[in-house]
Amino acid sequence: MEQNKVQELHDVVIRFSGDSGDGMQLTGTLFSDTAALEGNGISTFPDYPAEIRAPQGTVAGVSGFQVHFGDHRELNPGDYCDVLVAMNPAALKANRKWLKRSATVILDGDSITEENLKKAGFTTLDPIEELGLGDYNIVAPDITSLTREALKDTGLDNRAVVKCKNMFALGICFWLFDCHEDHAFQYLEAKFQKKNPLIAEANKLAIKAGYNFAANTHQLASHYRVAPAHLEKGTYRTISGNVATAWGLMAAAEKAGLPLFCGSYPITPATVILEELAKRKDLNVKTVQAEDEIAGICTAIGAAYAGNFAVTSTSGPGLSLKSEALGLAVMIELPLVVVDVQRGGPSTGLPTKTEQSDLVQALYGRNGECPLIVVAASSPSDCFHYAFEAGRLAMEHMTPVVLLTDGFIANGSEPWRIPSMKDYPAIVPPIVETAPEGGFMPYVRNEKLARGWAFPGKTGLEHRVGGLEKDAVKGSISHDPSNHQKMTYLRAEKVRKVADYIPAQTVYGNAEGELLVVGWGGTRGHLQNAVDQLREEGKSVSLCHFNYINPLPKGVGEIFAKFKKIVVCELNEGQFANYLRQQFQEFQYEQYNKVEGQPFTIVELKEKFETLLQK
Amino acid sequence: MAEYKYTAADFKSDQEVRWCPGCGDHAILNAVQRALPEIADATDTPHNKFTFVSGIGCSSRFIYYMKTFGFHSVHGRANAVATGVKTANPDLSVWVATGDGDSLAIGGNHFIHAIRRNVDLNMILFNNEIYGLTKGQYSPTSKLGKITKTSPYGTVEKPFNPGELVIGAKGSFFARSIDMEVMLTKECLVSAAKHKGMSVVEVLQNCVIFNDKTHALFAGDKATRQEHTITLRHGEKMIFGANRDKGLVFENMKLKVVTLGEGYTEEDLLTHDAHEKDTTLHAMLAAMKYPDYPVAVGVIRDVDDPVIYDQGVQQQVEEMKAKSKIRCMDDLLHSGETWEVE
Repeated sequence: MEQNKVQELHDVVIRFSGDSGDGMQLTGTLFSDTAALEGNGISTFPDYPAEIRAPQGTVAGVSGFQVHFGDHRELNPGDYCDVLVAMNPAALKANRKWLKRSATVILDGDSITEENLKKAGFTTLDPIEELGLGDYNIVAPDITSLTREALKDTGLDNRAVVKCKNMFALGICFWLFDCHEDHAFQYLEAKFQKKNPLIAEANKLAIKAGYNFAANTHQLASHYRVAPAHLEKGTYRTISGNVATAWGLMAAAEKAGLPLFCGSYPITPATVILEELAKRKDLNVKTVQAEDEIAGICTAIGAAYAGNFAVTSTSGPGLSLKSEALGLAVMIELPLVVVDVQRGGPSTGLPTKTEQSDLVQALYGRNGECPLIVVAASSPSDCFHYAFEAGRLAMEHMTPVVLLTDGFIANGSEPWRIPSMKDYPAIVPPIVETAPEGGFMPYVRNEKLARGWAFPGKTGLEHRVGGLEKDAVKGSISHDPSNHQKMTYLRAEKVRKVADYIPAQTVYGNAEGELLVVGWGGTRGHLQNAVDQLREEGKSVSLCHFNYINPLPKGVGEIFAKFKKIVVCELNEGQFANYLRQQFQEFQYEQYNKVEGQPFTIVELKEKFETLLQK
Repeated sequence: MAEYKYTAADFKSDQEVRWCPGCGDHAILNAVQRALPEIADATDTPHNKFTFVSGIGCSSRFIYYMKTFGFHSVHGRANAVATGVKTANPDLSVWVATGDGDSLAIGGNHFIHAIRRNVDLNMILFNNEIYGLTKGQYSPTSKLGKITKTSPYGTVEKPFNPGELVIGAKGSFFARSIDMEVMLTKECLVSAAKHKGMSVVEVLQNCVIFNDKTHALFAGDKATRQEHTITLRHGEKMIFGANRDKGLVFENMKLKVVTLGEGYTEEDLLTHDAHEKDTTLHAMLAAMKYPDYPVAVGVIRDVDDPVIYDQGVQQQVEEMKAKSKIRCMDDLLHSGETWEVE
């Protein structure tokens, strides 16, 4: 190893890509977890096709996992990669556009066959030349044969051996970035030791072989070290957005002293939330895998009526199906959290890709005047915080809350300083224990305009609720015109009042200047990074990023007024921009929108902001 | 057996009952309010644990007239809402009031899945073979050829028989009654309440306005009912008729109506076994149609099924709580791989 010099780097983007059956998600996860454990800042981005095993060898079937790691906190998974691991020509072709100039490409030399080139749509037998990669650092060891050779004594059949080639590639990357193999070994042992120890051993051998291959040959000119990040003191773990969401909901239940109930139907990319909650019966979580999306929300509403903190998780098409029942929850004024992990739409759209196009549906997608609280998380780890907030607001204000995340932050992961539950506030829902004199009136409200929550089973609190309009006090059916007007006002005012119970809006960067970048939800990492870079260049740019969407926090108008230009950036055609136009008509809004199923890139954001600054 | 000493009046709310005069729903309400005191004692359920959930339709207004916890949900979803209530709190006695449109059309999916899961709910299925609240359109139980506002030339679709659906979905309890037979309805409801797991009580109900006399050919008056229905009771012979001179036998793989004295004695008749796990005979009994057969009423199927959804979920919670090292969120947050930053 002495012959290779070690270079220090601040940050690196590495992209693992191959067929959707090549195990690229696992390879990427093992690498990013290793980097996190070595103290690096990380941010990850899985990018995979909707098919479980898309046609082999084709560009459409390429599955990718990008890891951005560095000696500081990484806010996003990076636009372009320094290293591309491509297990076949299709992966190389699919990711050509994501290569940084002079990037290193590690390609499985065995995969460059006439057949594979044809499947990937190459017209010549030289993919490097055809893609114009002559100046790039291309390394093409015969990964498949080398793996086969390394595992020849394991006794495994060829199929099982070839499956280990992703671990050989991982071993090369471990050497390249001076990473330890311990974590990957432990993971493989835990995963396969019981089922088939031979498989664990073979995968470990493949990693070692890849590592030694890279160390002993001179194919890679140098190897690199990324110093640990200077993170705040504390205990850390990595967490994905979906797991953080599930845990945040559980934290809210714990702080309210109520059992958590989740009624859901599996849907990409939200399913992990249901899976994670299903594991946690030890923490008094009940999950119902319902027969459909409607039953998912309806079982949750039933559980809320019975006195649980109830949630349902879904993605866009599921939210459409839940609309009527969501209206019922607004009408009967029970707490409920609906998590919408947004994906590309409309209809089935792009199930595995990210988008922010359900905002208007979340705000307005119901019959009647039907306001509810909308909150959006902005990074994998802060899904925990905003899921907790969604629970707090739902239970204390007796109303449904839609929590918007998206495929990008739901599947992405990052290191997270583990919070202590003692730092989170108690949640105090207006639970009614005994009937007051004169009997329990279900629609009597407190200072938040929240009605009392009386669980079935409590003596003397028998009452009826339902979707019909009710008398503003007694809760009995009422068709009185002025009562309907009053109830409509009360339901809206209750949601407006939530602004008194959430933090005021903040601005990142200077409080005044030329350009204010406005964003919401899962785009925060990219927007902040682009703003940071421009600020380092001395540009007058700040960021106003929203997590509370309805109601908007206080102080928004005051912030907007201090900037010459406002640009609203979102992964849709301008839904939040139009929402702001409606609420703050005195300002002009520029827009930057993208609906490619992909996150923003820093490059395109900076370009847009620079153009706006020059105008 | 507990003694709560409730009366029917304890279950009557202060709301004015607004069904049409002569509607069969009044009789069903009456039967339920009379059954609950007995059910409270038989199942040791205090007043505050009764919870009624309904969907949408005339039948679903039911919950407003009950002085219990009540939830009038959205069309078709009563079974889903009730599944949530019962799973969240298995201690409650959860009842579903629903109709043929509510549970067999828009809510058909939730109906079969609540039965499949065997959630411990008690369902009262009001079957009047019509959409009443929307003023007279055919329903999934309307007879073939039925002329309604949306089928001016007669329907060209065959009806569901709710009993066949319940038994087809491996339901563990199915009973059928007739709105006018208040005592029989009460008897079915008490059995349903005692049954552990999902129970469905279909009540053949008359809509005087939009589908009057739909069940009249076999259930119009007492004499007709005696001749054209058969009341099944576990352990009793399958015998019917005003003179108790007719019965059911099983011949050539089919049920057959026979007259006693004409080559058959009471000994030859089938004895009803509501507890038989095999669904074959129960399905045949539930499927009997006028005029070929007497329509079966009473408890047709009442079998022990130990796999009860809400109890299963609760049991897993108890087991995992006892077994797991993770006892609070802080434990969970620190579980798995973590590292320290100094």
